Amino acid sequence: MYQYDEIDRALVDARTAQFREQVNARLSGALSEDEFKPLRLMNGVYLQLHAYMLRVAIPYGVLSSEQLRSLAFIARTYDRGYGHLTTRQNIQYNWPRLVDIPDILDHLAGVGMHAIQTSGNTIRNTTTDPFAGAAADEVADPRPWCELVRQWSTTHPEFTWLPRKFKIAITGSPEDRAAIGVHDIGLRLIRSKAGEIGFEIHVGGGQGRTPVIAKKIRDYLPQRELLAYLTAILRVYNLKGRRDNLYKARIKILVNAMGADCFARAVEAEYEAVRGRALTVPVEEIGRVSAFFAAPPEGRSQTTPPAAPGYDRWHGVNVKPHRVAGRTIVVIPLKAPGKTPGDIDADQMDLVADLADRYGLSEIRVSKEQNLVLPHVDESALESLYTLLDGARLATPNADKASDIVSCPGLDYCNLANARSIPVAQQISRNLHESGLDAVAGKVTIKISGCINACGHHHVANIGLLGVDKAGQEVYQLTLGGVADGDAAIGKILGPGLNAGAAVKAVIACVRVFAEKAAPGEAFTQTLARLGAAPFKEAVYGV
Amino acid sequence: MKTITANRLTDGRVVYRTIDEGWSENATQALRLTPENAETALASALEDQLIVVDPYLIDITGDVGDFTPTGRKHVREAIRLTGPSAGSTKEIAHVSIR
Ligand code: SF4
Repeated sequence: MYQYDEIDRALVDARTAQFREQVNARLSGALSEDEFKPLRLMNGVYLQLHAYMLRVAIPYGVLSSEQLRSLAFIARTYDRGYGHLTTRQNIQYNWPRLVDIPDILDHLAGVGMHAIQTSGNTIRNTTTDPFAGAAADEVADPRPWCELVRQWSTTHPEFTWLPRKFKIAITGSPEDRAAIGVHDIGLRLIRSKAGEIGFEIHVGGGQGRTPVIAKKIRDYLPQRELLAYLTAILRVYNLKGRRDNLYKARIKILVNAMGADCFARAVEAEYEAVRGRALTVPVEEIGRVSAFFAAPPEGRSQTTPPAAPGYDRWHGVNVKPHRVAGRTIVVIPLKAPGKTPGDIDADQMDLVADLADRYGLSEIRVSKEQNLVLPHVDESALESLYTLLDGARLATPNADKASDIVSCPGLDYCNLANARSIPVAQQISRNLHESGLDAVAGKVTIKISGCINACGHHHVANIGLLGVDKAGQEVYQLTLGGVADGDAAIGKILGPGLNAGAAVKAVIACVRVFAEKAAPGEAFTQTLARLGAAPFKEAVYGV
Repeated sequence: MKTITANRLTDGRVVYRTIDEGWSENATQALRLTPENAETALASALEDQLIVVDPYLIDITGDVGDFTPTGRKHVREAIRLTGPSAGSTKEIAHVSIR
């Protein structure tokens, strides 16, 4: 994986020292809260219901074992022993003291991490396929491009005060696992007819108040021109995007207002002015960055059939094919029955770091499903790995199953929330396990957001719940048919809002209809498309 | 009835305005305000920007030494008062050194 050079180190160290001064200025009164707030947000520090929250960037979801151990140390020393993995492949701490945050940032800088641009109207951490560089179906590895985007966008002076936050996703596989359809810019690595690698460009997707699927504005861009083309898109957005209305400031609104064709023409005009010049990435630089992401060596195959109880089911669900012989991808769902989705305690972090060292080339990924992934596990070690994960409640066989629930922090922590997400997710998880439904239902996604900001990605869930405030009461809107990856789709509201207990029952009822009526091998969306919403509506509302 | 709440500057913890114009994590010490004196008390609390962040008024009901948030934001304020109703803060034994 990529290692910081002198430039990266100097930048992060300088930023950490600067933030220490800013915190001191706030504590002494030299800065007011109004002056300090944008500065702390630029460094990932929010103020939530009970405490500050620090969001740490995990660059494109890639972590080394050393970095994960540092995250465990921070959780133990400065927080309450755990962290929360987010749908944007980052980690959040819910309880740091403001006075400790400069020290936390020092620790992070020591392992090549930071919280820069995890908030604010800037280009955020790029998201990508958690199986990047390992997926059997990959056309090209997106990580070198994520890294080049990171270097280009970090503290980019022209794009530090955009109309709104800006999120980029890159997939290198035909099976999109990065949800490129619901990002401000979605990039798909493809191979041209001539065998050259380049990008298909999608713009203007997003969730939140106005969910929109991104529009394709270019079929093929030579890979070396990526930064020039991104610059062109951001220039058009920076100039023409609305700044008068917070709710209309994202690029999706601009693309919609201009029309995708007109927007694309404006981008092409900007691109003509910058292409083939300083922003064209030199071939040697692509080679230099790509060298950090070399393919892993072949592993060893299993010689004796594993006999551990539960192994076969775990292997069938949580282990995915790797592109290199003798290696496999192992998903570690943070979704044990009744657990808070995405939360991991410090001991579990240390254990996963140790297991990555022993069996997986010291590399770990964070997925937008709020799980961890060991991308390069030696096949011969799978049974030992399973046994150790199982002992730490990290081997629940539910990757991509109904109980692999995605949930934002909701009203238990978040300042913007309308309703709680976590207890609803926990109850659904318990019911799915206790009823046995989780084992029998096929591929279905359940996602929960505590407000319309949609951090829980409910719009693109097969079964989504959105918390709303109805005259001071927590109410949940149920949507069906959303899809995050591949042919992205926005879910449709099934019926009237429900209280928390009824929402839990409704989700279970929908999973039950799916389990009972699905044809063999059918995913939820296929069953829904075949049968329509009527049987689900009847199961939930009795009509 | 109303009281004033905020988050403490140094650590973000939930605090309530007290009778002696201080701040306490202990909600039983929270000041009780009538609609008539609430705005004046808030104006004074807003001066404490070296101690707290963004004080605001909340609606409450109940006896002295024990109150329940009311009004449109009652769920939010109840969660602020008693801590997260779910999640790892409840599940995981605290190992923090603080
Ligand atoms: S969706 Fe809303 S409630 Fe959930 S974390 Fe985002 S802002 Fe908070």
